[in-house]
Amino acid sequence: MSNLPGYRRALTGTQPEYLHPAYVSSRKRAPAQPLVYLPHTLSEITGPVFAPETVNVKACDLTRQHSGEPLGERIIVSGRVLDEDGKPVRKTLVEVWQANAAGRYRHKVDQHQAPLDANFSGHGYALTDSEGRYRFITVRPGAYPWGNHHNAWRPAHVHFSVFGPAFATRLVTQMYFPGDPLLPFDPIYNCTADESARQQLISAFDWESTIPGHALGYKFDIILNGREATPMEK
Amino acid sequence: MTLRATTSQTVGPFFSIGLERLNRAGLAGPGIAGERVTIEGRVLDADGVGVPDAIIELWQANSYGKYAHPEDPQDKPMEAAFQGYGRIPTDEDGKFRFATVKPGAVPGPDGKLQAPHIAVSVFMRGLLRRLVTRIYFPDEPGNAGDFALSLVAPERRQTLIARKTPGTDELLKWDVIMQGPGETVFFDC
Repeated sequence: MSNLPGYRRALTGTQPEYLHPAYVSSRKRAPAQPLVYLPHTLSEITGPVFAPETVNVKACDLTRQHSGEPLGERIIVSGRVLDEDGKPVRKTLVEVWQANAAGRYRHKVDQHQAPLDANFSGHGYALTDSEGRYRFITVRPGAYPWGNHHNAWRPAHVHFSVFGPAFATRLVTQMYFPGDPLLPFDPIYNCTADESARQQLISAFDWESTIPGHALGYKFDIILNGREATPMEK
Repeated sequence: MTLRATTSQTVGPFFSIGLERLNRAGLAGPGIAGERVTIEGRVLDADGVGVPDAIIELWQANSYGKYAHPEDPQDKPMEAAFQGYGRIPTDEDGKFRFATVKPGAVPGPDGKLQAPHIAVSVFMRGLLRRLVTRIYFPDEPGNAGDFALSLVAPERRQTLIARKTPGTDELLKWDVIMQGPGETVFFDC
């Protein structure tokens, strides 16, 4: 078998270190030993493929999963999944989950004293199209307090899980909103050293995807590791 | 144009609402060829306490050593009903368990076969970026010359090899130890 090209690695500082002491939960869950560099083999350049028939309209519209409309500000979150060369990542699975407009997750562990919304489950999924595009209709999630430190609050965010073309491109991240005053104080947002890498997590307000009279648009592009140009080293 | 890969963020404590739809602890349905194995274990933190809010994902070849992916160029049998993907959340004690078929050997970078293995992603609250590891199989002659195992210090290799359970060939044990004595080997992938 000829050697197939692997995927590029992150530049220093553009991905979080595992131990980020300001995020208290990382202290006992971060490996102490350095990672072992693994050149990519067939096992890493392949990955799960999800079929288009697993996706339906309700999965992309979080405001239509129940009999009534959820409370809160309706928003459109859309964007493209691209690789580092700007090429669209087609037919890849994007999963999202989030708190409701009051800042409460529909999850038994979430005991925040904010109301649940019977019309909002807070999760969805989509496959990107032939241009790498995805689009969700949802409500803007609320900020919520958490126990990391005194008076800790998470900025409003939407969780994203993306597969990409290979095991090596798997990414889980969070999308934030422009101008959120909580961002400078959030140890999770600030876990990545490189400032421009952090800012890439902030969606952009987007007139173009706004639906007049109905919902404001936010754009969030997700970039996955690009492909090496040369074959894998021996 | 050169863009830069989006930075990772933790899955947080509430991932199940978004991810449970794809939970899959049985990778191989009836009719899939190969030796049946069940692998169980725990995800443990630095204090040896089970991690109740972790999720592991699996990626493996079928028993012929063929991945269900368009870039696998090998001329080996595909099985339409075998995707090779699994996703298992831990329970309140940090335990997980899944059933599959033992994967066949797949080629390494030098064309030489790698020992059978399952690629594993680990996510949890407190983990800012995915961790990658592998599960290998006990009593496997190919382990001795395996490309990835040979990158690991000999005294740490056993963290990647599932253990046999006395009295049965079908049940294997494999733990994920996040930090401290016996810490699992994680790969920069």
